Amino acid sequence: MNYRLILNIAVHLLRARLKQTIVAAAGVTFGIAMFITLLGFMNGLNDLLDGLMLNRTPHVRLYNEIKPVENQPVNLSEKYKNATNFITSIKPKDRGKAIYNSKTIIKVLKEDKRIVDVAPKVSTPVFFNSGTIEISGIINGISVTAEEELFKFSDYITDGNIADLEQNNSIIIGSGLAKKMMLERGDIIKVTTPKGNLASLKIVGISQIGIAEIDDVMSTTSLSTSQKILGESTNYITDIQLKLHDISLAPQLAKEFSTQFGVDTIDYQTANSQFETGSTVRSIISYAVGIVLLIVAGFGIYNILNMMIYEKMDSIAILKATGFSGNDVKWIFLSLSMIIGIAGGILGLIFGLLFSGIIDTIPFETASLPTIKTYPINYNMLYYIIGITFALVTTVIAGLLPALKASKIDPVEIIRGK
Amino acid sequence: MSDIVLETKGLTKYFYEPTKFKVLDNITMSVNHGEFVSIVGKSGCGKSTLLYLLSTMDTDYEGEILIHEELVTGQSDNDLARIRNGKIGFVFQFHYLLSEYNVLKNVMLPGLKLQQYSEAEIEHRAMEHLKTLGMEDQALKMPNQLSGGQKQRVAIARALINNPLIIMGDEPTGNLDKRNSDLVFDIFKELTQEYNQTLLVVTHDPDFAARTNRIITMEDGKIIV
Ligand SMILES: Nc1ncnc2c1ncn2[C@@H]1O[C@H](COP(=O)(O)OP(=O)(O)O)[C@@H](O)[C@H]1O
Ligand SMILES: [Mg+2]
Repeated sequence: MNYRLILNIAVHLLRARLKQTIVAAAGVTFGIAMFITLLGFMNGLNDLLDGLMLNRTPHVRLYNEIKPVENQPVNLSEKYKNATNFITSIKPKDRGKAIYNSKTIIKVLKEDKRIVDVAPKVSTPVFFNSGTIEISGIINGISVTAEEELFKFSDYITDGNIADLEQNNSIIIGSGLAKKMMLERGDIIKVTTPKGNLASLKIVGISQIGIAEIDDVMSTTSLSTSQKILGESTNYITDIQLKLHDISLAPQLAKEFSTQFGVDTIDYQTANSQFETGSTVRSIISYAVGIVLLIVAGFGIYNILNMMIYEKMDSIAILKATGFSGNDVKWIFLSLSMIIGIAGGILGLIFGLLFSGIIDTIPFETASLPTIKTYPINYNMLYYIIGITFALVTTVIAGLLPALKASKIDPVEIIRGK
Repeated sequence: MSDIVLETKGLTKYFYEPTKFKVLDNITMSVNHGEFVSIVGKSGCGKSTLLYLLSTMDTDYEGEILIHEELVTGQSDNDLARIRNGKIGFVFQFHYLLSEYNVLKNVMLPGLKLQQYSEAEIEHRAMEHLKTLGMEDQALKMPNQLSGGQKQRVAIARALINNPLIIMGDEPTGNLDKRNSDLVFDIFKELTQEYNQTLLVVTHDPDFAARTNRIITMEDGKIIV
């Protein structure tokens, strides 16, 4: 088959119907542009929310949960081994929230090749006192460098400097706390620990991570400061947070470390399962809208090709009479459809990119997301590849029926009809 | 190769709408190389139907058609298209040209499909044919800028582009005035005499028929002379 000739004929047929061709291509362009824009925007939002969570949640967290001992004495007893034991009113034993032998665990974890970084943490509930007000909250004692590496904590400090935490008895408090207690950087805040220890800490910064419940209670000190106000040694660690090279390994590693070190673990996926659902729903919506738009564009192409075939019956008859086979005619009309699809699709990609770019510059400032200045857009190549593939598939499908119809046109019937 | 360009054996065709009737009845005929044959007969006697069978466009018939002693009956759509492209030139009464292409391209198109020559060579040959038919100065016009007689001359040039074994015409002068009819006839005459081109032309014009080499007369789907 002579593809150049077929393509040439297709182009000439299109040129004779330029207006309809443009309308048909515009349909595809619109569908693809919308698809790209929506997907880019929705996924930009997903990334933003993922980032928000990812920056707050370690890939794997090791901690001690307060819970009853799993193997109660009666279960260990040989005598009642084959009996069904009913135990009621179990009280959890306070093994302390500290991770036993934390120094060794951290050392082992730091040597693990699958782990990027290890951030030890001391987390404790406290009361903040300011004048006559007493507010419950949380102090996170962090290793400044490791925390910065894992969570980019400095992004969330709206006032002050993370390095100042290294000073003795310094604290960064959540924006909600600061507002409630009318505190500013430079002020002194009094803290009461659960064991009744009292301490005065100097506020060196205000943090805002964008989730009100957290900003209302959370404050941050250095590891040593937190250990000191709790009256504990430098071995006292309540959480070990891990960042992995491959986040998909988190559930597996969480299980592994749980048995290896005899601690409780939670992985990123389990901790954020509800967020995953939201992301998936947004993706589905954008794909669905894109596909619907393309189907509509497909019907447009189908109509225009049908019309064109109706108008070009004579031309088809002449082509067939002069030696073009049904197959040639089919390819002429399929090429026609594909030209519309490719042209419309590429324009759609360009417009999609353009619209995304425009949305990307629209200001989007919200108090809860201090690092975000404009609407987020994801420019993933994949969406563009999917878009152009959709455009081609839709146009080929839309063109197939008319093309088959054209290939079956009986020239005798047309020639006789005159 | 023998001298017979086109041969039919017992061609019979029925139409089923509105009722079954025999439109062609056991037609056996042949056309020799270089002959100028005309088919005449009353309107509705089956001349066009016969020509559509011979041109391989209509394949719904009984009997056999041979072109250059090659049986075309039963060949695939693709093969028939190839035969039409390379071996048969067709001139219709009304259906002239592709309105999307200029005159020159219209003439070239069957040649481009056949790909026997390079595009430049096909263009050269197309110009030669247009020159022979006195149309070279119209080569770059669009078909809708031509008169009926001019269009028919372009159609003849197109029919000639692949050096066909036979040119078939279905009342090619039926839509033309006397002057243009004569012109087209003279072209046909010249093609047979100077280029030994085989021609099979359906006509209702007795003058036209009388000046051809041989007349086949049909009546009610049969050849009577
Ligand atoms: N598609 C068709 N279906 C049914 N009858 C037809 C069809 N085409 C032509 N006929 C009939 O077949 C006969 C022969 O037609 P045709 O070959 O066109 O005659 P001619 O060309 O000799 O005038 C006519 O009676 C015509 O009405
Ligand atoms: Mg007729």
